[in-house]
Amino acid sequence: MSSPQISPELERNLQALVVREARLLDEQRLDEWEALFAEDGRYWLPASLGAKDPLREAAHLYDDRMLRRVHIERLRSAHAHSQQPQGRCHHLLQTPEVLEASPTEDRFRLRTSFIYTELRAGRTISLPGVAHHHLSRSADGFLIVLKRVDLLHAAEPLPAVEFYI
Amino acid sequence: MNNAAAQWTDTALQALIRDNEVHRAVYTDPDIFRLEMGRLFQSTWVFVGHDSQIPNPGDYFTTTVGAEPVVMLRRADGGISVLINRCSHKGVRLVSEGSGNFGKFIRCPYHAWTFGTDGALQNIPLRDGYDGTRFDSTEARLGLARAGAVEVYRGFVFCRLSAAGIGFQDYFGESLSTIDNMVDRAPAGRLEVAGGMLRYMHQCNWKMLAENQTDACHPMVAHESSAGTTVRIWGEQPEGTPKPMAVEQFAPFVGTYKFFDNMGIRIWSNGHGHTGVSDSIHAAYSAIPEYQAAMVAAHGEERAGRILGEVRHNTMYFPNIMVKGPIQTLRVFKPLAADRTLVESWTFRLVGAPDLLLERTCMYNRLINSPGSIVGHDDLEVYERAQQGLQSGQRDWVNLARLYRSGEGADAAEVVRGTSEAQMRNQFRAWLRFMTGSGEVAS
Repeated sequence: MSSPQISPELERNLQALVVREARLLDEQRLDEWEALFAEDGRYWLPASLGAKDPLREAAHLYDDRMLRRVHIERLRSAHAHSQQPQGRCHHLLQTPEVLEASPTEDRFRLRTSFIYTELRAGRTISLPGVAHHHLSRSADGFLIVLKRVDLLHAAEPLPAVEFYI
Repeated sequence: MNNAAAQWTDTALQALIRDNEVHRAVYTDPDIFRLEMGRLFQSTWVFVGHDSQIPNPGDYFTTTVGAEPVVMLRRADGGISVLINRCSHKGVRLVSEGSGNFGKFIRCPYHAWTFGTDGALQNIPLRDGYDGTRFDSTEARLGLARAGAVEVYRGFVFCRLSAAGIGFQDYFGESLSTIDNMVDRAPAGRLEVAGGMLRYMHQCNWKMLAENQTDACHPMVAHESSAGTTVRIWGEQPEGTPKPMAVEQFAPFVGTYKFFDNMGIRIWSNGHGHTGVSDSIHAAYSAIPEYQAAMVAAHGEERAGRILGEVRHNTMYFPNIMVKGPIQTLRVFKPLAADRTLVESWTFRLVGAPDLLLERTCMYNRLINSPGSIVGHDDLEVYERAQQGLQSGQRDWVNLARLYRSGEGADAAEVVRGTSEAQMRNQFRAWLRFMTGSGEVAS
């Protein structure tokens, strides 16, 4: 892929997906959120800065479709005691930047700086970081092939993080 | 410390530990926590690190032993030292957090005092400024404080901070067989720390984590939301879908009471013990043929079968680590305060094994031990609720009576039912011994 020379309209459409993705998480519309991922799409939350290998290096999450399904259903389970009372999350995003676009304009990478806040049983955590969205274009629009979330505190001791950042 | 020691006399401490229940103060009282740091974590053998982290002379790794900041390092003669990370001059922490190499000597960033890798004071700039000052009679002249004793057992580095006390073999005894089994699982006969560790902050007392390692009556309850959901979603997959490794790792957490009861628990002296004597949550993982072949080539059919047939679940090494041989992980429960614990989860590579083994280990750590883990969320929630609930003064005792038999603790290596709380009682017997100053004579 090369540095993007894309139309303002395409750029806006790509940015809109990133913004919508965060909104679906914050509104706990998790089935719609999951549907944004490609069939083999992954969600990756590395446990170190500059992580290269999600399989042989520590990660907080590296979830495929089935694991995302389990995570979402667990949050809804009557037995999920850590969600009583139910928690909430909030994403504050900076404007997503299109860093890469393939010449055929079917694959893209966006970088978005954020502050993620999670509220659970009266306790608040706040984590700054950068999200990298690897997107592909399909007949139905753009799909997430990989969402990689690099926390500033990736390698620091973390409290429980119960939702997807 | 003195106030705590005055209040918590041996008699007062003994009154906190009954045969089948313990007083809530052992989890909540800040003075008891200070005594744990000043006594228990000084007189027991505590895990420091692994020799693969410091292969070359001058390599170091910083960590804590109880409340003491320490640096584990490789000396020029190839041996390993554990030094207190505090300059003997002004008290500055010499080495910052992490790992690295400091060459032939340790140099303080404040006044450039230097120390040998054995901790001895080597040089001071403008040394003649100390002529006639009776410097030789000062504590600073002694160089860096050292752990009282250090032992490297098959790569695992332990130290006892106290200069005098129980010996390494007497302290661990037969429990070292779990470390043996984990190392023997490497076709090349050694392990390497690999993958990087996960660090997870818990707002609860460290002993809650230590107890939970052999608590076989909680998984099917606390993990219904995570492992139970996994099993249900897996059941909805079309027939013939290959079973993912993640399902193999999650599903056994909601095994039946019978399954966990039949696993059994083996109890050793000095607070050590393990679940998974005859079966465990790690017993039914898919075979990895290339690895089996490497093991047979290294050990022969019969011995390889014996090593891989050992399916020990959680081995608690008192006071604060848990080792899982069959999946090559180690967890350290680092006490920070009476109500705060840092949990480190380490992963190891079996040298000579295919990379898929490290991938399996890293997956287990991610799925079960990470701050994002849904299994971990279940556990943390109940620990923190317990820490909060124990603030109540209306009830004082935490119950540990399950399958208690009078006269317990006399047998060196007995096997009990998996759902017994005998190992928790074993840990508290050791706790009392090393808290009341009788640790030196314990065996």
